[in-house]
Amino acid sequence: MEEIKVAGITLDVDITGDGPPLLYLPAESFGPLHTPFLIGLSEHWKVYAPRHPGFDGRTPPDDFRRIEDLAYLYLDLLGALNLDRSILLGASFGGWIAMEMAVRAADRLSALGLIAPVGAKLGNREERDFEDIFAAPEHENLEILFAGNAPDYSEFSDDEMTEAGRGKQYLAYYGWKPYLHNPSLARWLHRIKVPTHILWGEADGFVGPDYGERLAERIPGAKLDVVSDAGHYPQIEKAAETVSLLANGPCAVQ
Amino acid sequence: MQVWQFSEMAYHPGWEELGNSLRNVIPSRVYDPKIGADLYHRYLDEWALCDELGINIMVNEHHTTATCTTSVCTIPMAILARETKKIRLLCLGMPIANRMDAVRVAEEYSMIDVISRGRLEMGFVKASPFEVTPANSNPATLQERFWEAHDLILKAMTTHDGPFNWEGDHFQYRQVNVWPRPYQEPHPPVWMTVSSPGSAKLVGEKGYVIASLNTGYAATPTIFDTYRKSAKAAGHEPSPDRFAYLAIVGIGKTEEEGRRRADQILDYSRTTPRAAHHFFFPPGYVPPEVLGREMRNPSTRMVTLRDGSQTVMQTGSVDEYIDAGIAFAGTPDTVYAQIKEFYDHVGGIGHLLMMGQGGHISHEDTVDNLTLFSKEVLPRLAEL
Repeated sequence: MEEIKVAGITLDVDITGDGPPLLYLPAESFGPLHTPFLIGLSEHWKVYAPRHPGFDGRTPPDDFRRIEDLAYLYLDLLGALNLDRSILLGASFGGWIAMEMAVRAADRLSALGLIAPVGAKLGNREERDFEDIFAAPEHENLEILFAGNAPDYSEFSDDEMTEAGRGKQYLAYYGWKPYLHNPSLARWLHRIKVPTHILWGEADGFVGPDYGERLAERIPGAKLDVVSDAGHYPQIEKAAETVSLLANGPCAVQ
Repeated sequence: MQVWQFSEMAYHPGWEELGNSLRNVIPSRVYDPKIGADLYHRYLDEWALCDELGINIMVNEHHTTATCTTSVCTIPMAILARETKKIRLLCLGMPIANRMDAVRVAEEYSMIDVISRGRLEMGFVKASPFEVTPANSNPATLQERFWEAHDLILKAMTTHDGPFNWEGDHFQYRQVNVWPRPYQEPHPPVWMTVSSPGSAKLVGEKGYVIASLNTGYAATPTIFDTYRKSAKAAGHEPSPDRFAYLAIVGIGKTEEEGRRRADQILDYSRTTPRAAHHFFFPPGYVPPEVLGREMRNPSTRMVTLRDGSQTVMQTGSVDEYIDAGIAFAGTPDTVYAQIKEFYDHVGGIGHLLMMGQGGHISHEDTVDNLTLFSKEVLPRLAEL
């Protein structure tokens, strides 16, 4: 883990592997369960995986509180690392940030990977695109987020549970209202000009594959792959298959 | 000591049908507006009686719940500002981090202060955790929004030379200019509720009245001591009139009658935990370690007794609640002795926030409860 300071923010960045650069923006939760996926990615790419401000245990500055702040931070990080022709990959909340980056500036990107991203409002005002995980018991959340391999919290350490609590806190901090979306994002998805690969767990009960289909229609040329026997985090439940799909899809383009 | 009569204007007729969920997700088809209208008038009559009895009035608000149908605290307050003439009126309070229009709060409070000819006491509260959902208020930024709203409301009530600009993180206005200005100078007294030493410290720094609700023998002394230290350090005198404590009060001609009344009112306390667990732990409203713990092992709401043991809040007996210092009940002599003992234990209180109505207690019992208290206990407390 390296500490990198960008735009006044200190980031912990996990840098592993060798190959073309890939910036991975993680999902909101279950950091410790992502290790096999990150190892898998590092067999194909040089992976840069930062932890989002707030989620990392540091309190973000007062003027850092919106999704666009994260987008500009990671665009600056690409510059600070001098990464050109980088793959940008984001999962769930991280996928939202990745889309916000790609509609703003794609000149450092070679391809975009999105694993069940939130962030774009595609339904009408009385349809919720994303299940309200803040208004349900945790055991129900785990049921909709996982296809059948939900983590057992009794096996988590106290620190890991605190990290889970902090993940929820900062998901709320950046995404409470409007709920996990930027009302302007859907309008500008056509600006994503790089090859885009969207992956979705077939059994995702938090935001279903039908949302993925509608999202793919809005991003020029996007390829959608649905991963069977996986929920909202195919990178956890089907780590090898998810890596393989990414390595053989649009993100493989050089 | 001043005394304030508090009721949540409960819709208890719906409790049985609603079972273990009395908040947040309950369908309003359970509410019969004809019964509700009778209840509103009954509760307002009981408050109006307080004007004759010399007991001040306290209202609060909750949302989407059958435990409290005061969904807008300034509505009963506005009615009582006109219906009463003597006693003081406390809103405890206004959930200012959940009210998206802070200037409107300044307007409502100012208007009530003028109509009541300066009898308003102005509570600012963070509100219970289950209140973030009805307001869709971001719990991760609630604390900072609370203090920004506080700053803006006070500036709006005390600025009398035309509009000012406010472009903060949470509230933006270009022409803040509140009419009418409040009756009291510079503004009605400010009260804040606290439930932890951390928030007591912040309120002490401001020197406001601190109200501790049902915190009992176990938790109250630390909260009050923290306030005292913090107030002194900031140059404020932590005199008894800075300290308020809320308890259930049941009083009767016999011990049995007083305890029966308290037992009925205690359904207020027993219904508090009757809501889905996750609404009690909004992320950021509680620290991440607490949230993480609750995600793994959902806890049961408990009441701490004097010897440090605990009982389940939802099923606690009247004896246990008396032992905990959350209920004062019995004959006037007993109730006075219980209050005095608690008063001494916490180092003095200037305000007893008395829940003399709650749960299934009848109108007749409530009137008798308040009247007996006024005649037999109030004069003795006035000397404390």
